[in-house]
Amino acid sequence: MRYFIEQKGESRSFPRGDAFLAGACAAADAEVAIYLGAPVVADAGKAAVLVELTTECLAEHADEAAAESRNILGFARYRNGELPPSNVVELVRFPGSDARAIDAAKAVFEAAGLTVVVCADQPGRILDRLLRPKYNAALRFLDEGLASAEDMDKTCKLGLGYPDGPIERILRGGLSHHYDVTQALFETYGTPAYAPPRRALAAARRGGR
Amino acid sequence: MSDAIKTVGVGVCGAGGTMGAGIAIVAARAGYKVVCYDTAEAPLSRTVKQTEAFFQKSVERGKMSEADRDAVLARFERTTDLGRLAPCDLVIEAVFEDLSVKRKLIGELDAVCSDHTIFGSNTSTLSITEIASGCKRPERVVGMHFCLPAQLMKLVEMSPGLLTSDQVFKAAWDWTVTCGQKPVRTQDKPGFILNALLVPFNNDAIRAVEAGVADAASIDTAIKVGLGYKMGPLELIDLVGLDTQVRLCEAFYPITLDPRAACPPLLRRMVAAGLLGRKSGRGFYTYDGNAMFGA
Ligand SMILES: NC(=O)c1ccc[n+]([C@@H]2O[C@H](COP(=O)([O-])OP(=O)(O)OC[C@H]3O[C@@H](n4cnc5c(N)ncnc54)[C@H](O)[C@@H]3O)[C@@H](O)[C@H]2O)c1
Repeated sequence: MRYFIEQKGESRSFPRGDAFLAGACAAADAEVAIYLGAPVVADAGKAAVLVELTTECLAEHADEAAAESRNILGFARYRNGELPPSNVVELVRFPGSDARAIDAAKAVFEAAGLTVVVCADQPGRILDRLLRPKYNAALRFLDEGLASAEDMDKTCKLGLGYPDGPIERILRGGLSHHYDVTQALFETYGTPAYAPPRRALAAARRGGR
Repeated sequence: MSDAIKTVGVGVCGAGGTMGAGIAIVAARAGYKVVCYDTAEAPLSRTVKQTEAFFQKSVERGKMSEADRDAVLARFERTTDLGRLAPCDLVIEAVFEDLSVKRKLIGELDAVCSDHTIFGSNTSTLSITEIASGCKRPERVVGMHFCLPAQLMKLVEMSPGLLTSDQVFKAAWDWTVTCGQKPVRTQDKPGFILNALLVPFNNDAIRAVEAGVADAASIDTAIKVGLGYKMGPLELIDLVGLDTQVRLCEAFYPITLDPRAACPPLLRRMVAAGLLGRKSGRGFYTYDGNAMFGA
């Protein structure tokens, strides 16, 4: 499946030098259009039109009720802060998305060796929706003296077989990144579980340090 | 009086149960004589076979000689007489997760055990301080939360109750180290570290399925590929049992009032429908023997 890329600025999914960027072809030859930071343009002639998402929903880029949106999908390659992106791509669909568009998008990413999971257009998609409240709880536990950061991480590694613990993950990804994500989720969900925790808020206000 | 735990006498209450049997193996393997106590003969005799099979496997895998196996097995005493725990340096309870049962037991132990005995509790969700309030020496009660299966998992969450003495806590901690376990220190709070993080996280995964965010397989794949976990949350819930997850929610929510700990409606519906996970053949996935199919 051939794809072209329209890019503006740095992509979180495909940072500069990523082989995926080099695999793109000319717009006229492509079956799939990919927008990285650039405004999406509907094109019924393509098998799929893909728009990269960060913390926003796909519905901010396209009207989910419009017929021209049937082949427009969102995606984000999961990435913890500024660490290198993982191999999982969350592919965001509308309820009325065209199954052929989903298949085409999967084919493009899977050919690049990525694992694709399909999800609804809900804030935080799968990963941030599930992980951020857990990280918030871990940071709160740390503030409340439940255990040391080291013991919390050790517990998750030894007790659950995780490769790393929540606190070390948050710190590696960056507290201010955690703030950005939780703030965006809190704005939409409004539930305390997503409220940016003290340490993340402080890091963001210190200017990301 | 020294609080060091000697090579004689570690007692395990509820030793006929899943956790008790595993904890007894941990202690005996480390060279301690273990008094395995339960209220009835039947659960105790069930664990005899399991314990022998466990050490036999160690022999077959070349991890232990036959002579060592025989020596370890000889260190087990099994009894339904609480009085046999009297001389133990350390008694760990792993009886039903019920505060009144544990408080009553700790009171009975208080009456029969020596002054120097340390009492450990393997509770997952109850307060160590509340359990300790069942006896007259709460300073000698320590939380010692082993993970399932105890004979394989190294982690022990160690929690002092409000009245636990530092000396007792240290002696119990040091004992776990002599058994090759890896202790971590946590406060006496609901779920300690592991369950406090895991129970709400698992509920969130169930809620994501219920909210139509993605199907179970996609959620598990995202977590495994994105984070390098061996198992996704919904696979894990299927393994531990959906009914167990309900019980955990029921233990945590009333004491924490954390909305994430509240039982998701989908979980209750699935349990009502008999979809308990692996043990019933269907939960978030369908199982045929050991094979798993996406639900
Ligand atoms: N199963 C797990 O995954 C797990 C993990 C960590 C901690 N725990 C905790 O370990 C404890 C035991 O759990 P389990 O799953 O092994 O339970 P279980 O039901 O398998 O075993 C409990 C055993 O306790 C015995 N018992 C009950 N009342 C007793 C009494 N008054 N005196 C002596 N024996 C008594 C029962 O006969 C039974 O053999 C609970 O506190 C639980 O929260 C369980």
